[in-house]
Amino acid sequence: MTLIDLANPTRFLALTARVLPWLAAATVALLAIGLYQSAVAPDDYQQGATVKIMFIHVPNAWLSMFVWGVMSIASLGTLVWRHPLADVAAKAAAPIGAAFTFLALLTGSLWGRPMWGTYWEWDARLTSVLILFLMYLGLMALWRAVDDPARAARAAAVLTLVGAINLPIIKFSVDWWNTLHQPASVMRMGGPALDRSFLIPLLVMAIAFTLLFVTLHLAAMRNEILRRRVRSLQMIQASRIAFSSELGAGPREGSASKGAGTA
Amino acid sequence: MTALAALIRRDIRIALRVGGGALIGVLFFLTVVVLMPFAVGPDLALLSRLGPAILWLGALLASLLTLDRLFMADHEDGSLDLIAMSRTPLELACAAKALAHWLAAGLPLIIATPVLGLLLNLDMVATGAVALTLLAGTPALTFTGMIGAALAVTLHRGGLLMAVLVLPLSIPVLIFGVAASQAAIVGPMSFGAPFSILCALSLVSLVVGPFAAAASLKHGLD
Repeated sequence: MTLIDLANPTRFLALTARVLPWLAAATVALLAIGLYQSAVAPDDYQQGATVKIMFIHVPNAWLSMFVWGVMSIASLGTLVWRHPLADVAAKAAAPIGAAFTFLALLTGSLWGRPMWGTYWEWDARLTSVLILFLMYLGLMALWRAVDDPARAARAAAVLTLVGAINLPIIKFSVDWWNTLHQPASVMRMGGPALDRSFLIPLLVMAIAFTLLFVTLHLAAMRNEILRRRVRSLQMIQASRIAFSSELGAGPREGSASKGAGTA
Repeated sequence: MTALAALIRRDIRIALRVGGGALIGVLFFLTVVVLMPFAVGPDLALLSRLGPAILWLGALLASLLTLDRLFMADHEDGSLDLIAMSRTPLELACAAKALAHWLAAGLPLIIATPVLGLLLNLDMVATGAVALTLLAGTPALTFTGMIGAALAVTLHRGGLLMAVLVLPLSIPVLIFGVAASQAAIVGPMSFGAPFSILCALSLVSLVVGPFAAAASLKHGLD
């Protein structure tokens, strides 16, 4: 089974139908283990129980960037190899990536309230994640703005790749801007090396969230393929209706104009 | 080379004539800057502190909003298809068009900066610094915005969608443009570091912009 074999949507649907239940089960199992381990992990001597937000926050933040990477590879697939499923993959990944980015921002600000005393701080990391979130939303707006999926796919692919080049530049600029504006920065997360009791649950959660992304992504791709099939069937039906009514309307229109001519 | 020179001459001539709309950008720039005192109050000390930021924001918006027409007019009358089919590589043609656009719509912004600096109570050094950073930074805005213009013409959508897509990409230029101006005016940073990064951003966009715009035009035109 190579990547080219998956170019056939039917084969892709058959494969994912077999794989998805296993993936979902593995995700649920790992999430349960990870959540249990995070719950029993000791409190931090400084942060108290709020440190447990980290077990949700860090995997979300890591996936927010990982998903853009997946979309970039899919965009290369669209532009270079013209793989038929690449644009489906790119389109399905964008809302999931936006959701992970939003959760990273949300959990970050929930953590920031007791730790920093404010929900929002123009900290370098927060700012660049916020810009990433804006770019996800822009990409989703692009997908929604154009009704022809193939046309939208190529435009979105160009934009995703430009974004992939620009994101490190933006990250660097924001870091620079932040050190310029806030010489005495707020306390940062994860400064010292993590203790094993924190590291293991964090790794389990990271793997669980990655599996969650793969599961959701494959399911969203299935939905997108089915949605496109429904759309093309509807278009065939609509054109059939339009065509038959045109045939039916033809003589009537003719007689009407004839009537108008005689009148 | 002559083909590219001809393309540049043609674009500048069209932009400056009736219906070209290059100078509307300057008018927009002026209007945005005039609006600012109404929002923040006529306090001259505050205005001179915010001056570089206001000028940079105005120039950013003005140069992005004029970019809508970069490929649209050529697409409507069919000359874009001729450019795409000609023997000149589309990347070079895109770069030439962006250069012409910058000469017609970007340079007037920089020439207008000293006048607007007077309105914002900026002194000679500050105005010079802002004008110099705009000179180094606006090419990056034009060449990044060109990607949005190419997407706009292939999708038949312009306006807000393109602004939403392109504005996040111009954040680095804004950061370093304002930082370099502030460094020249109040210190304590040296002017050289942010200014050279600003030049580097312009050079990077000079490479990335034409390729991305040409890719989107090649895949999108039909």
